[in-house]
Amino acid sequence: MNFVSELWAFLRVRKKLWLMPIIIVMVIIGGLLVLAQGSVMAPFIYTLF
Amino acid sequence: MNILGISAYYHDAAACLVRDGEIVAAAQEERFTRKKHDSAFPVEAIAYCLAEAGIQAEQLDHIVFYDKPFLKFERLLETYLAFAPRGFRSFATSLPVWLKDKLFQKSMIAKALTALWGDSVDWNKRLLFSEHHFSHAASAFFPSPFTEAAVLTMDGVGEWTTTSLAVGSGNSLSVQKEIHFPHSLGLLYSAFTYYTGFKVNSGEYKVMGLAPYGEPKYAKAILDNIIDVKKDGSFALDMSYFNYCTGLTMTNAKFDALFGGPPRQSESNLGQREMDLAASIQAVTEEVVIKLARGVARDTGQKNLCLAGGVALNCVANGKLLRENIFERIWIQPAAGDAGGALGAALGAYHIMLDQPRKPASGLDSMKGSYLGPQYSQDDITGRLTGRGAVFTIHTDDELIEQTAQALADGKALGWHSGRMEFGPRALGGRSILADPRSPTMQKLLNLKVKYRESFRPFAPSVLREDVAAWFEMGTDSPYMLLVADVAADKRRQMTAEENALFGIEKLNVPRSVIPAVTHVDYSARVQTVHEETNPRYYRLIKRFKEITGCPVLVNTSFNVRGEPIVCTPEDAFRCFMGTELDVLVVGNALLRKTDQSPSMAADYKASYELD
Repeated sequence: MNFVSELWAFLRVRKKLWLMPIIIVMVIIGGLLVLAQGSVMAPFIYTLF
Repeated sequence: MNILGISAYYHDAAACLVRDGEIVAAAQEERFTRKKHDSAFPVEAIAYCLAEAGIQAEQLDHIVFYDKPFLKFERLLETYLAFAPRGFRSFATSLPVWLKDKLFQKSMIAKALTALWGDSVDWNKRLLFSEHHFSHAASAFFPSPFTEAAVLTMDGVGEWTTTSLAVGSGNSLSVQKEIHFPHSLGLLYSAFTYYTGFKVNSGEYKVMGLAPYGEPKYAKAILDNIIDVKKDGSFALDMSYFNYCTGLTMTNAKFDALFGGPPRQSESNLGQREMDLAASIQAVTEEVVIKLARGVARDTGQKNLCLAGGVALNCVANGKLLRENIFERIWIQPAAGDAGGALGAALGAYHIMLDQPRKPASGLDSMKGSYLGPQYSQDDITGRLTGRGAVFTIHTDDELIEQTAQALADGKALGWHSGRMEFGPRALGGRSILADPRSPTMQKLLNLKVKYRESFRPFAPSVLREDVAAWFEMGTDSPYMLLVADVAADKRRQMTAEENALFGIEKLNVPRSVIPAVTHVDYSARVQTVHEETNPRYYRLIKRFKEITGCPVLVNTSFNVRGEPIVCTPEDAFRCFMGTELDVLVVGNALLRKTDQSPSMAADYKASYELD
């Protein structure tokens, strides 16, 4: 819960509330990907992100 | 007031402890875990910092992380949105990593701290986050000797920022300008590192070392097509040549077409093309850095400049910048990469958030020569070496300096483990391999038989501060080996036409000065000035070497083999000594000769570490 309120505060301060629906969709897709993959690959480009 | 700075999770995890504004301890995690560029939460580096300060975890007032995960996540999302639907594969690869771990970094760090120290304190409440480039800027300005300065930071990317300009004054630091991702000088250099067949994030040094073998034939193509540089040094990249926003490689087919072929395969032969590419990106980087510095000088009117960020480790560009005389003085943070972010985060919290004044630096600066890591008492060293079965003798300081200087003058390659370990990527006479620079065969011997690394790579000289102007075309302090200067004209040897026509490594094998082991093919050298006040023992050694040989210069390279983190403990030093063709090892006041050791202890060492 703490995390959600911090994320909300962050988006408000940054005036990026429009990212919220995208984040929700991505969490769902990401959750599916995590389930589908089982393991997480981190390519060399990982260091960028 | 105790503040712990932490950098972790990307590359070069580190910890730093600041007490009442004084840097008490700082170390990179890789030195303890023996994993090069270890990015894991720096458990051991933190434990060392607390032990060095003699405090318990409960006495930490704040713990500061060096960047802001939410801001980074924002960049990730907006970058994918900007390029969608391209980049789905990269998105699908990195998003789960974020959703599993990186987005929850605050609770991850708090959990890691609770696992370390228990839950008697709510660590969440003591946890702070500093912006990546702000951490770099703080690490560049606060330990510098200046009360006022312009601060320029350049690296691959932090959250959004890739280049920033700030002005520091007293205990304040205000950011004036920023250049944002994906336009990045660091990533442009990394793209060429990748394209010339080296590892991104560690091979950039090799590109810089390779550059003097080539001609900047492609510089015009880079400036005409890839990077648009304005008069003030601000720049924009043409992203159609790169793949790092959406793919799993740095460059793409359009980049290949511009430079006439695919990237070089790692560890395959280096040709003139790679050398010319390296020379070209180096020339472009220097041009941008110098233009940025001119712009900064014009905008701020400051007389001093501080540098940090990975690009500030490009000592060739730093040397050119120094010779441009744009600023009266330049100071570069020795841990300019991400490890130094831990230091900047802690100092930034102390001076800016807590509004505490800066104390004037005593000596050169407040970095204590960057000797901020662990040291070992003689009793401890004796116990550790005995435990390993080492055969050694113990000497007084005077005897040890005499015997070591003599061994160096006799052409021996020597491991030097003395005092506190350095913080940052350079060995500065605390954990170094030393040798006689006058020997024409030393460069080859050290590369192939001691360091097991590519033979084209040059070595750096340590020179007594008072002798630097007589031996190199430089008159300023360079205590952190971050400035490149030419060997003095009267110490050089002119090449014949035949010698000039030689190719690649053959060129390096021709002695071109009276100190050939540290003279690169363009007569340049990455100079470290040695100061009595920061490392008296190392200073005395070089001074004695000078008395014996007339030469106040030593070869100084990091005490490790290719792919290995620099040694930390006496055991690490002994292991490296036995696995390489080093002749002599000095650990504190203990002296070890290879001929005295049991041959059965020699191990095949070079295969122990993944190539960098």
